[in-house]
Amino acid sequence: MRTIKAADIVPKVADMVRHASIHLPADVKRAFKDRMAAEDSPAAREIFRQLLENSDMAEATGLPLCQDCGLAVFFVDVGEDVVVQGSLKDAVTRGMVLGYQEGFLRKSSCDPMTRANTGDNTPAIIHFDFVPGDRIRIAFMAKGGGSENMSRVTMLSPAQGWEGIRRFVVERVAEAGPNPCPPIMLGVGVGGTFERAPILAKRALLRHLDERHPDPKIAALEDELLDAVNRLGIGPMGLGGQTTCLGVKIEMAPCHLASLPLAVNVQCHSIRHEEVVV
Amino acid sequence: MPEYKLRTPLTDADVAPLRAGDVVFITGTIYTARDAAHKRLMALIDEGQPLPFELAGSIVYYVGPSPAPPGRPIGAAGPTTSYRMDTYAPRLHALGQKASIGKGKRSDAVKAALREHTAVYFGATGGAGALLSKCITAARIIAFDDLGPEAIRELTVEDFPVLVINDSVGGELYAVPDRKAAGLE
Ligand code: SF4
Repeated sequence: MRTIKAADIVPKVADMVRHASIHLPADVKRAFKDRMAAEDSPAAREIFRQLLENSDMAEATGLPLCQDCGLAVFFVDVGEDVVVQGSLKDAVTRGMVLGYQEGFLRKSSCDPMTRANTGDNTPAIIHFDFVPGDRIRIAFMAKGGGSENMSRVTMLSPAQGWEGIRRFVVERVAEAGPNPCPPIMLGVGVGGTFERAPILAKRALLRHLDERHPDPKIAALEDELLDAVNRLGIGPMGLGGQTTCLGVKIEMAPCHLASLPLAVNVQCHSIRHEEVVV
Repeated sequence: MPEYKLRTPLTDADVAPLRAGDVVFITGTIYTARDAAHKRLMALIDEGQPLPFELAGSIVYYVGPSPAPPGRPIGAAGPTTSYRMDTYAPRLHALGQKASIGKGKRSDAVKAALREHTAVYFGATGGAGALLSKCITAARIIAFDDLGPEAIRELTVEDFPVLVINDSVGGELYAVPDRKAAGLE
């Protein structure tokens, strides 16, 4: 058994939250550059140029990449050989609050009915899991509202199969159009239950753009969806172009004999996630 | 694409020649408002109360900026998705608002209001909040302070870059999804 003090986790989470809100991951910057070179349309190239300049500007000034600094989503995988001294949940929350405060990040969490802002971006949305080992892996994602609003969950009939999944995903992107700040990334959750599918979809968004699915059959399905979605021609910011989507990531889980749950989590181009292992 | 440099407040003569796809650089004063602020503006209009800014000729920017760090007038300040303001926009255009700035699709009712009242819908690059803040030289809250990021701010802008998405004669810039090529039809 390894003992980890909850208090030691707070500054690590705060630093991660601040850093992720300012610095685009290397794979995302690379994708912007590659796609800028590949686009035929000057308007599409201009959007990529602006996004790269925005990233430079954020790094130079410390301003967040986007004013929507998101709800703070965490995936916390706790090693089964770890004993936490203090409350892990409180530590993640306090680190998040500190990061949003000190980083001058926008607090976007509000009461669903009165719409009153909670003031400190709480509650953090935390998904805990237990894994083998003596470490804790904390992944953070800043999830903006514009792209989250374009996301959907549905319960398909098993008879609809892959064709039903493909149609639903592509329809969703066609319907969302320019709203979720394309070029987007898609997290697709297939299987599980009504609540498991969207968690799979969200977790899929933590994967890097250039990371292939270990199962070649699923990797091929990801390629097929990416190709279909890009044929829509919505393009960067909806101005038309070859790049509507930068990557599709699918996660699957067994489901009930009677069901085929499907979730599509839309992620905007402001792909902000990082992880820390303690 | 034609480029225009416009100063606020806007007149019909400024707006009428603009066509979807034109690039416009805005200099002057614009006002921020999102969902909650729009709701309160409607209540003020219903009650016949004065509004916090002059609607005639105005440009309303759909944005909730991040907090200003020391030494800067404002934080990141890119557009939010516009459709959430669609229920309110036609009424404001009827009262003289000449343009809005946001991102994403508008409703048919908004597009009709743009035609009827010679107004336009501008798009700014969503998610380029750090970059766009460069064109904002001053910011001050003028109403609904309690709404935090959603308060109404008066922004002083210099060559703030936007694209005409919907013009006053029914033109639209957004690409129509090619459903056939994507295998949906
Ligand atoms: S969808 Fe993403 S990039 Fe666009 S405004 Fe929201 S958080 Fe920012």
